[in-house]
Amino acid sequence: MRNPAKRYFFIFVLPTLLAFLIAFVIPFILGFFLSFTEFTTVNDATFVGFSNYIKAFSDDNSFLNALWFTVSFAITSVISINVIAFLLALMLTRTVPATKFFRTIFFMPNLIGGIVLGYIWQVIINGVLYRFNYSITSSATFGFWGLVILMNWQMIGYMMIIYIAGIQNIPTDIIEASKVDGAGTFTTLRKVIIPSVMPSITICLFLTITNSFKLFDSNLSLTAGAPGNKTQMVALDIYNTFYSRTGFEGVGQAKAVIFFIIVAIIALAQLKFTRGREVEH
Amino acid sequence: MKRKLLSLLTAIFCVISCFSLASCGEKEKSQVYFLNFKPESASVYEKLAKEYEEETGIKVKVVTAAANNYEQTLKSEIAKNDAPTIFQVNGPIGYNSWKNYCLDIKDSRLYSFLSDKDLAITEGDGVYAIPYVVEGYGIIYNDAIMKKYFALPDKKSNLTDAKEIDSFESLKTVVEDMTAKKEQLGIKGVFASTSLSSGEDWRWQTHLLNVPLYYEILEKGKKPDATLSLLDANEIEFKYADKFSGIFDLYTNNSTTAKTLLGSKSVADSMAEFALGEAAMVQNGNWAWSQIAGVKGNTVKESDIKMLPIYMGIEGEKGQGICIGTENYFAINKNADEASQKASLDFLEWLFSSKTGKKYVTEYLGFITPFNTFTESELPNDPLAKEIAAYMNNDSIKNIPWAFSAFPSENFKKDVGSALLDYVQGAKKWDEVKKTVSDSWKRERG
Repeated sequence: MRNPAKRYFFIFVLPTLLAFLIAFVIPFILGFFLSFTEFTTVNDATFVGFSNYIKAFSDDNSFLNALWFTVSFAITSVISINVIAFLLALMLTRTVPATKFFRTIFFMPNLIGGIVLGYIWQVIINGVLYRFNYSITSSATFGFWGLVILMNWQMIGYMMIIYIAGIQNIPTDIIEASKVDGAGTFTTLRKVIIPSVMPSITICLFLTITNSFKLFDSNLSLTAGAPGNKTQMVALDIYNTFYSRTGFEGVGQAKAVIFFIIVAIIALAQLKFTRGREVEH
Repeated sequence: MKRKLLSLLTAIFCVISCFSLASCGEKEKSQVYFLNFKPESASVYEKLAKEYEEETGIKVKVVTAAANNYEQTLKSEIAKNDAPTIFQVNGPIGYNSWKNYCLDIKDSRLYSFLSDKDLAITEGDGVYAIPYVVEGYGIIYNDAIMKKYFALPDKKSNLTDAKEIDSFESLKTVVEDMTAKKEQLGIKGVFASTSLSSGEDWRWQTHLLNVPLYYEILEKGKKPDATLSLLDANEIEFKYADKFSGIFDLYTNNSTTAKTLLGSKSVADSMAEFALGEAAMVQNGNWAWSQIAGVKGNTVKESDIKMLPIYMGIEGEKGQGICIGTENYFAINKNADEASQKASLDFLEWLFSSKTGKKYVTEYLGFITPFNTFTESELPNDPLAKEIAAYMNNDSIKNIPWAFSAFPSENFKKDVGSALLDYVQGAKKWDEVKKTVSDSWKRERG
């Protein structure tokens, strides 16, 4: 209690704590509670038990379809984003001319908001497909790859910056030592560089996995689920359940809770898995 | 420990006093908050609110929800302390989800203005929502192009004017012959794009579907009113599915746009095609006038814009009119304080009965209202509204009501829309579309 900073601990913590409570903890608890109720607006709920959770799966297949689509989308884009971003980072940490310029260029797409990005890519993709008398809604495959391309385009720059920071942090003596020991480029990459940037891989995987699962805005503006809800991801499905069916607000909420649990489990498992492989210098 | 507790208490007290002081300052006695549904009228309502404030000193807050986002906006706005006092529901289905918020307004003057009391949404003795605009839709056509066609020496149809089209057969003959001669007519296609991108497909999944379901329920329904019978229907057969596909195919086969590209077209696209004279016909309603008039370089003359009924070849369609009805009902928030409720009704009554208000309604909002405060001469001046009024006043024809306000949910309409998209793109057979319509109805009603 001698320390004045400690004495005023609460006063310093309070603003953040309040903001955290109001903007995060309370809505979260409220959302969890609402998933067990039937309601029109958030302050007139009546308790209905688990029926919303049952309806989420039994009423139609949209949730399971969306979940399946989201999982395949997430796997594809997480792999492609990280591989490409890592390769770009490797390239731009070499002595290539104008690396700083390229880093800026690659990072820029990340600054454009998702809704706008969706419309931009819709125009680009339709511009190409129109020549063959197709549009992005002609088939779910177009929508799927459209989303993957969009996600890659948006996230690669960001992930690249993280990988660059990781690679630049590797002490040069380790790499030189491996060269002296006779390791080739590939062996250096596999045995030295990748283990050393494991912390970056952890964070990049975490960001890409969660962002791929949660994708909503670009999904809405690029395809809005067309054709036939076949390109609808979970977040969009929750939104549509909530708003376009009378009496289904609670079901949308229940889907959101299930979705939260799934994403949390996957993200935590990934963190545990990659953390275990991180090495200390 | 005591000190710690003290500092915590001080901090909490500080915060609480901040909040309570702020809320004291904002308190007002009565207020009118109108949540507007029509984005195209947003600026008019704002002007209107200003004028009303100048005249009466009462402030009206107008907030306009983005297109297709009314339910979302209303859901979040109405949960606030400062909730809308005037909002709108889109018919009996909309009323069902908002009934806990609708005030009984059977004693209001607004209700007494209503010329046909049956139009209001009632439950038991109460009147909970009142329609404020009557709209109509059909096949809008450009008479200049039609005249050009009927003047052709080698035309296949034996009619001489578009007005003579009185059945699906005659419409089909004209349309298909026009497509064959589209170079001569200088058009890209007879019908403007059948827009099927998401959120832009309501002309088909709601408006066009209204016609076959209306005829079906007319035969089977137990109540005198088609909309009410449809509201009771737990299942539909979609008996006239093949008639629906007949006209839908006619639209898409004779379109300005290839079938595979329809999934990326919007309503604005097709109205632009019509306005630029690239298409001769487009299915839409009188609200589309502002869109046609607003297209840059538009070539359609006001006097050439006319409307035809949607003929599908269903038995008994001789003498059929256009589809006339409403999905715009005003409701007053039950949970608002009494003074605000009264102020809100006063505002609406002023809008639909005072000289200034009525001028705004006919001239700027372009509404044909269901109120007896408007005389025959007080009608909007645009060509489509005139067509609607002409159909409404023609006793020899039978207009079709907007039974679609009894469609079970937004999700049902979405399902139909995406099935139609799959159908034009060849991913679904017509039988599957038919099944989707009846299955989805059953599920959403259940």
